[in-house]
Amino acid sequence: MSANEFTSDDDYGPLYAARKKVYPQSVSGTFRRVKWGLMAFCLGVYYFLPFVRWNRGIGAPSQAVLIDLPNSRFYFFFIELWPQEVYYFTGLLIVAAVALFLMNSVGGRIWCGYLCPQTVWTDLFYAVERFVEGDRRERMRKDNAADGLSLRRVYEIVLKNAIWLLIAWWTGGAWVLYFADAPTLVKQLLTFQAPMVAYIWIGILTATTFVLAGYMREQVCTYMCPWPRIQAALTDEWALNVTYRYDRGEKRTSVKKAAELRALGQPVGDCVDCYQCVAVCPTGIDIRNGPQLECIQCGLCIDACDNVMTKIGRPKRLIGYDNDINIQRRQDGKAPVYRIIRPRTIVYSAIIAAVGGIMLYVLATRTLLDVNVLHDRNPLAVKLSDGSIRNAYTVRLLNKSGYDRVVAIDAEGPVNATLHVVGADSVTPDRPMVVIPRDSTSELRVLVTAPAESNPEKSIPVRFHVTDIGLGEAASATDNFVSP
Amino acid sequence: MTDHHGEFDSVSGRSTTGHEWDGIKELNTPLPRWWLITFYLTIVWAIAYWVVYPAWPLISSNTTGLFGYSSRADVAVELANLEKIRGDKMAALGAASLADIEKDPALLALARAKGKTVFGDNCAPCHGSGGAGAKGFPNLNDDDWLWGGTLDQIMQTIQYGARSGHAKTHEGQMLAFGKDGVLKPDEIVTVANYVRALSGLSTRKGYDAAKGEKIFVENCVACHGDGGKGNQEMGAPNLTDKIWLYGSDEANLIETIAQGRAGVMPAWEGRLDPATIKAMAVYVHSLGGGK
Repeated sequence: MSANEFTSDDDYGPLYAARKKVYPQSVSGTFRRVKWGLMAFCLGVYYFLPFVRWNRGIGAPSQAVLIDLPNSRFYFFFIELWPQEVYYFTGLLIVAAVALFLMNSVGGRIWCGYLCPQTVWTDLFYAVERFVEGDRRERMRKDNAADGLSLRRVYEIVLKNAIWLLIAWWTGGAWVLYFADAPTLVKQLLTFQAPMVAYIWIGILTATTFVLAGYMREQVCTYMCPWPRIQAALTDEWALNVTYRYDRGEKRTSVKKAAELRALGQPVGDCVDCYQCVAVCPTGIDIRNGPQLECIQCGLCIDACDNVMTKIGRPKRLIGYDNDINIQRRQDGKAPVYRIIRPRTIVYSAIIAAVGGIMLYVLATRTLLDVNVLHDRNPLAVKLSDGSIRNAYTVRLLNKSGYDRVVAIDAEGPVNATLHVVGADSVTPDRPMVVIPRDSTSELRVLVTAPAESNPEKSIPVRFHVTDIGLGEAASATDNFVSP
Repeated sequence: MTDHHGEFDSVSGRSTTGHEWDGIKELNTPLPRWWLITFYLTIVWAIAYWVVYPAWPLISSNTTGLFGYSSRADVAVELANLEKIRGDKMAALGAASLADIEKDPALLALARAKGKTVFGDNCAPCHGSGGAGAKGFPNLNDDDWLWGGTLDQIMQTIQYGARSGHAKTHEGQMLAFGKDGVLKPDEIVTVANYVRALSGLSTRKGYDAAKGEKIFVENCVACHGDGGKGNQEMGAPNLTDKIWLYGSDEANLIETIAQGRAGVMPAWEGRLDPATIKAMAVYVHSLGGGK
């Protein structure tokens, strides 16, 4: 690829290189504003979502989003999921993965540059660092000061780390709020009466946030995260990536020289080699070297370059979202072509639509009443004193609704069979009925008895019907009626 | 390996150990410092462990460690905690009547869960893990009961057993009519066939029904009742139904009549607490045969 023309010999060094600390300079512009906005949105959702209330009736949790581990329930606004419904999360993960693929094939590492927690928190931590210690040049000077630590410098370092710790602690604190009633837990945390596991998790997440966003930063993306490697396989020649338009930028010349050459009518590039794109880069790379593993495509170099181009009176977007095809086309004097809709993006969108549609359909049509049957294994069948046969079953009724149900149980299959539910008979001898409290399961011992002479087969299918006698909702399950 | 001062390898510049094979000298490459430190720390750790925890076997005991820790004591504490947690529920079980337990879904579930565990620990060796029984050990799933199948009767049987030696135990046994010389062998064969006829089973060729009935009335009716319907006061089984504790074939019947039968069910009072016995009665009753 032609970007290699600009690779300097310095890139071939020893296999191990110590980290060069990155001092990103502040920048303003379109992409910076988008990043601030997304950061506010993401952090806002993360920190405050646990406090959103949702009325589910008396006795049910009133938290909109709650992962209730002790009771094995997951609440998301109007949705309540039971452990056996984890396949919804499988679907969600498939959608999430394909959505990442789609993002990648449309606009490169949008996730990495704007939405990934590592990026968002690192960005926030950089903002704190800049606020306390000053911008790029000041920070570099202070870090490299030969005269040791002044009192002011110590104060700055302590203040910066203290603010970081506070943010990190709040991050861990918000995490645990998703697992318990948020206002109650906040009260418990403030009075030091929260369960130990809450403190442990806050500690873990405080530590990871502090270390990953404060000190490891771009190294997480470059060395720890698998996504940069995977995304290389997902991108194609049409995907828009943050690109230095070398067709326009080369040859790099100083502002003054460029003006002179232009006056003479000679070809000259727009890049004035000001290194602003390098100065603002949070991973410390030079985008002019072409697509690189380290580049998270946050777009800040676009802002930096645009500012310079505006100042020197040249068109914006010397660096912009583009691809190599268009660079070639421009070099050949053709108009650029953007193909967002192409087989790859259509297939990804179709997968998202299909999986999402299936999930929605399953969610919308799922029953809130269910029944499972398990045949007794020992003994499989019992012969009674009059010679008839009895089979015992464990019938589990699931009431996923928010109200108690009265259900009737019927069995069909064996000829002249009678049904007997242990514990239910004295109330309703003719047709066994039981109450299933809301949002719970009831386990019943159910006995099916049938005369041997009218059921000569070794095994007969038996179908258990469960009917909510108030609402008419029904569910059924099949097992076998076995002869000894 | 000592450092041979003054002997240095010319290529690497390292000192050698002085060992030499065919002109090749061994370099002195010490263990990495982090490795050594870790190694010494493990030794320190081990010694501390001996001091703090029980470690060394002595002749009749062992060193107990600084704080007298023992994993058995931990188990005891955990078991006590468990009892404390379950205390309320088991108390509720103990306070409720047997009939009320079966009507209350929560108590029924608790009793069945508790009963199932205790049944597995104590009853399964004879009655089988699902209570299906075996020859001589009644199937607890069916509706045929030697000593009665109501909740109270089941509980009584569990509490005091059958022929267990307990003062309140069920008494009564099948006499050994052959061994004791009450009936002659041909009379035993005849009455065995008569008993088979009672529940509609086939009889031996040339069997004398009138003679069988006469023997049965003279010897068996006292316990098994008129027509062999059984008597739960005596633990005498119903001979007219389809369920046979020792088998319904002629050979088994002859053995039963000739040798007698007196299976033993132990008394569980004293071995299990009252609430547990209650739970077990409910569990056995709920297996399916309970009246």
